[in-house]
Amino acid sequence: MGEGLVLVGSVQSGDRLALAKLLTLIENESPEGGSALAQLFPSTGRAHIVGITGAPGTGKSSLVNELAKVFRRGVLPAERGGGSRTVGIVAVDPSSPFTGGAFLGDRIRMRDLAGDPGVFVRSMASRGSLGGLARTTGGVIQGLDAAGFEIILVETVGAGQAEVDIARHAHTTVVVEAPGLGDDIQAIKAGVLEIADLLVVNKADLAGAERAVQILETALGLAPRQKPAAQGREAEETWDPPVMRTVASSGEGVEEVARQILRHGGYLRASGIWSVRERERIAAEIESRVRDRLADRWRHSQPDGLFEKTVGRVASREISPAAAVAILLGQGGTEGI
Amino acid sequence: MPDRKIRVLIAKPGLDGHDRGAKVIARALRDAGLEVIYTGLRQTPEMIAEAALQEDVQVVGLSILSGAHMVLVPRVLELLRSQGQGEVPVFVGGIIPDQDAPALRSLGVAEIFGPGTSTEVVVERIRRSLGETVAS
Repeated sequence: MGEGLVLVGSVQSGDRLALAKLLTLIENESPEGGSALAQLFPSTGRAHIVGITGAPGTGKSSLVNELAKVFRRGVLPAERGGGSRTVGIVAVDPSSPFTGGAFLGDRIRMRDLAGDPGVFVRSMASRGSLGGLARTTGGVIQGLDAAGFEIILVETVGAGQAEVDIARHAHTTVVVEAPGLGDDIQAIKAGVLEIADLLVVNKADLAGAERAVQILETALGLAPRQKPAAQGREAEETWDPPVMRTVASSGEGVEEVARQILRHGGYLRASGIWSVRERERIAAEIESRVRDRLADRWRHSQPDGLFEKTVGRVASREISPAAAVAILLGQGGTEGI
Repeated sequence: MPDRKIRVLIAKPGLDGHDRGAKVIARALRDAGLEVIYTGLRQTPEMIAEAALQEDVQVVGLSILSGAHMVLVPRVLELLRSQGQGEVPVFVGGIIPDQDAPALRSLGVAEIFGPGTSTEVVVERIRRSLGETVAS
């Protein structure tokens, strides 16, 4: 039973197997994992969390691989704050909605990182979650943070337009594009582009790269200087998301991306936005936990069969969905939520 | 059956560049509801053991066609044991001559799957091996 608590001590003294087992407990939402995380929570909040998102096939895994190599090597001279950093990686791939199974293949592109004790790579299946991350990815990030990894790269499921959960977990969000994926209309749509702190056009050696960069720059130029406060984010007046070119398969341009990530971290800290985002993230996490607990409590308080019966009344158009909610909340004894 | 999702590592140690078999198995395990972590080609035993550790998998499957299994498999088993994962069942698939099978089994390989093994059998054996691990 005390498995989680034994792990806490070992994780903090650098035991990698203990860390791996802790992450499993967190991922499976076991009570031990929960109490271990609670124990470790005071030592979290130190890592710079970087989200890497973008459509499938844009080269996110290869970019993560190259970024990790650059961060391990050091971006700038150490005295200018760019020395070598340890890197934790969380790579999320989709679960099958039919079987619950998953094929997690992001490690294939990360083979260069093998044998480095300053790197820890963990693959996760999305397990039915739709926002581009798994429900427990936040907890896994906290586990790596508590274990002392300084940069945590979080690679989302190949995301289309609205998978913007990552912006709520990361300090810095990198959106990866590739040539030929969309026109200027795509770039104006709401969603992934709005959450970008950095934009990367990967595969920049392919035809159409110039055009992709232009489209993105034009789309960003259309935005008002002060972004509307989107999805739990404060308006930021002075950070213009840079558009960068990389060829992740050869590493070209990646060092500049790493430098911009650190620069963005510096900007967040200097402007005070770092702590604003931290508070927003915490608020969102507490809110979603409260919501889960309330829903559980409500479910347990329901008389048997009432829910099914009410669904039937709505289906036969006897009452409206809104009236059904009033009935279910009223009889469940939880009015006021 | 354990409550937690089964996480399996499918790895290709050694130098042969043919991973169709590994991918067929990975796909079948995925369709059976397991979470499969695939390492890709040309992994050293050290890389495989490291991946098994970081991913905290419950099962390791090795696909070997090169003939180097008597070198690669014992090394993987030894590394797993020395890093505290000696209880993780290791399955081997590929071209393994009959006369090598007893030696591999005595080293601790849970099962050897030759060409023509149906994917249902592989899934069933993996599930069964975990049932035993959990019970003991």
